[in-house]
Amino acid sequence: MTARMDTRFATLKAEGRPALITYFMGGDPDFETSLAIMKALPGAGADVIELGMPFSDPMADGPAIQLAGQRALKAGQTLAKTLELAKLFRETDKDTPIVLMGYYNPIYIYGVEKFLDDALACGIDGLIVVDLPAEMDDELCIPALEKGINFIRLATPTTDDKRLPKVLKNSSGFVYYISMNGITGSALPDPSLVSGAVNRIKGHTDLPVCVGFGVKTADHAKAIGAAADGVVVGTAIVAQVAGSLSKDGAATADTVSAVATFVRGLATGVHAARLVAAE
Amino acid sequence: MNQAATPNSFRSGPDEDGRFGIYGGRFVAETLMPLILDLQSEWEKAKTDPEFQAELASLGAHYIGRPSPLYFAERLTEELGGAKIYFKREELNHTGSHKINNCIGQILLAKRMGKTRIIAETGAGQHGVASATVAARFGFPCVVYMGATDVERQAPNVFRMRLLGAEVIPVTAGNGTLKDAMNEALRDWVTNVDDTYYLIGTAAGPHPYPEMVRDFQAVIGTEARQQILEAEGRLPDVVIAAVGGGSNAIGIFHPFLDDPSVKIVGVEAGGKGLDGEEHCASITAGSPGVLHGNRTYLLQDGDGQIKEGHSVSAGLDYPGIGPEHSWLADTGRAEYVPIMDHEALEAFQTLTRLEGIIPALEPSHALAEVIKRAPKMGKDEIILMNLSGRGDKDIFTVAKILGMEV
Repeated sequence: MTARMDTRFATLKAEGRPALITYFMGGDPDFETSLAIMKALPGAGADVIELGMPFSDPMADGPAIQLAGQRALKAGQTLAKTLELAKLFRETDKDTPIVLMGYYNPIYIYGVEKFLDDALACGIDGLIVVDLPAEMDDELCIPALEKGINFIRLATPTTDDKRLPKVLKNSSGFVYYISMNGITGSALPDPSLVSGAVNRIKGHTDLPVCVGFGVKTADHAKAIGAAADGVVVGTAIVAQVAGSLSKDGAATADTVSAVATFVRGLATGVHAARLVAAE
Repeated sequence: MNQAATPNSFRSGPDEDGRFGIYGGRFVAETLMPLILDLQSEWEKAKTDPEFQAELASLGAHYIGRPSPLYFAERLTEELGGAKIYFKREELNHTGSHKINNCIGQILLAKRMGKTRIIAETGAGQHGVASATVAARFGFPCVVYMGATDVERQAPNVFRMRLLGAEVIPVTAGNGTLKDAMNEALRDWVTNVDDTYYLIGTAAGPHPYPEMVRDFQAVIGTEARQQILEAEGRLPDVVIAAVGGGSNAIGIFHPFLDDPSVKIVGVEAGGKGLDGEEHCASITAGSPGVLHGNRTYLLQDGDGQIKEGHSVSAGLDYPGIGPEHSWLADTGRAEYVPIMDHEALEAFQTLTRLEGIIPALEPSHALAEVIKRAPKMGKDEIILMNLSGRGDKDIFTVAKILGMEV
């Protein structure tokens, strides 16, 4: 596996704090602006970056991420350009792990072998592909692991103890626990239920367990980060992009700074998470 | 084209992972995976449960009106001067199309699984009406997702669904058509996993839907095969049906797949022509990809983004097709051909005037292919066509195109 991911989680563990994992949509609202956003994320406190690959039919996403994908596609984003974003980011940042997140069809059409080779060459560390459950591991998961790219699996409240071993079997990097049954951008569930679920998964794996879906504020991040090894924020970041755009949907001078400021706030919450837990 | 080996039987699929050759599968989010596994295990049990089958047959006979008649279209046959043309009259079913066959089957399954809420997607509104109908019959609350564009062009069906007590939710996300309605239904399902049953209207989606919907629709072909043997003492030479998602087509095709003398023809919506973007011919003009839980032929661009289809018939307006059709196309067992909007409209009028049957625009596509083929065939040859729906819902669309006032 690419070493960046394991190194990053080991470092954070030594520091005694959870990771802040930030999602944004590649190419939203345009290629250059999203590159600037990506480059600003580590400085604002992101420990791991999830780079969204836009898809015309994002079945597990709420309106915010769906609209972000539409903006990106309208601006001409393609899978090749999303890989290019990662490559350009790597020129200035060798350490922050990058996870590509999206749906399978664009990868299938690009060609699985070529995609994995290009992803490695562009400095990608992991993949989250929403519509590839464990039953479909032969499609991309196994080939990715063979090439040394992490395949990060989603676990959900419907993944019971009987099913968890199957889901975790070919997982690597970290486990992404979806805190509720629903789409991205829904309301935050009760943090105490989340910590119970995290512990349940930890009973089955040594991988870091990161939690996402519904985390929108520094306080949420702090509450979730008390139990989890990482906190994933997506919709709220994408909403910062949307809120900064001009009337005709173009980037403004505020777009990158709006995201950076927001992420800085989340980082404060994440950094304070274990202080609360230790109290 | 992917070359698949010729199997011993064309009726044994899918395999245990839901695959027809490379097509089908279970491409869904983890949240839904346990649900479709549950559904599969319940479906396996129901298939061989005599009580379930008896209830299905009883509702088929007394609620839907099965068996539907096989009708010899005498005047159309004379007019075309070639093969004898028979229609399987699915438009005479309760609610006016084949959609009810599948809805009755799935609502019984939902009841069996202890679900308390039904969701469905619809394009033209035929599946929405059939879903709302069975939900009313069995006392389930029902939510139907329908593209905002379709809500406008299919107003009478929207009203029917609301009369039946369903909540119709117009979908504005994306482009507001059938594929967006299906995305929205999947979002609802992923949110309401505990109590909700997703009643998919066509033989597509994640396993076991393509197999299950096919089996509920195969009653069409099973009856037709027996009826034509009684009427003619032999099997037809050609079986023709329109294909959108492909449930009426797979329903009539499946029982004939292992009869090598029977030619199988699926008719796709050619829209305004295959040269441009405005068509829905997934097999003729698309390529294999992954959408809505299955791998199948799709209309997509070079980056794997799904394109919008176009057809005069809202029921064929879907950029994909059931995975079994993709497999039948690759193996060469079935042939898929496009019919343009204007050809379907002409066929619609021809049948209305010659036989006194107003067909839906979907089977009008199949009919246009019949009209092309019959004159080139001998008088001793037989064509069987699935007349899958009646055209009452389409009169406004047709009137608008013909420049007539309703």
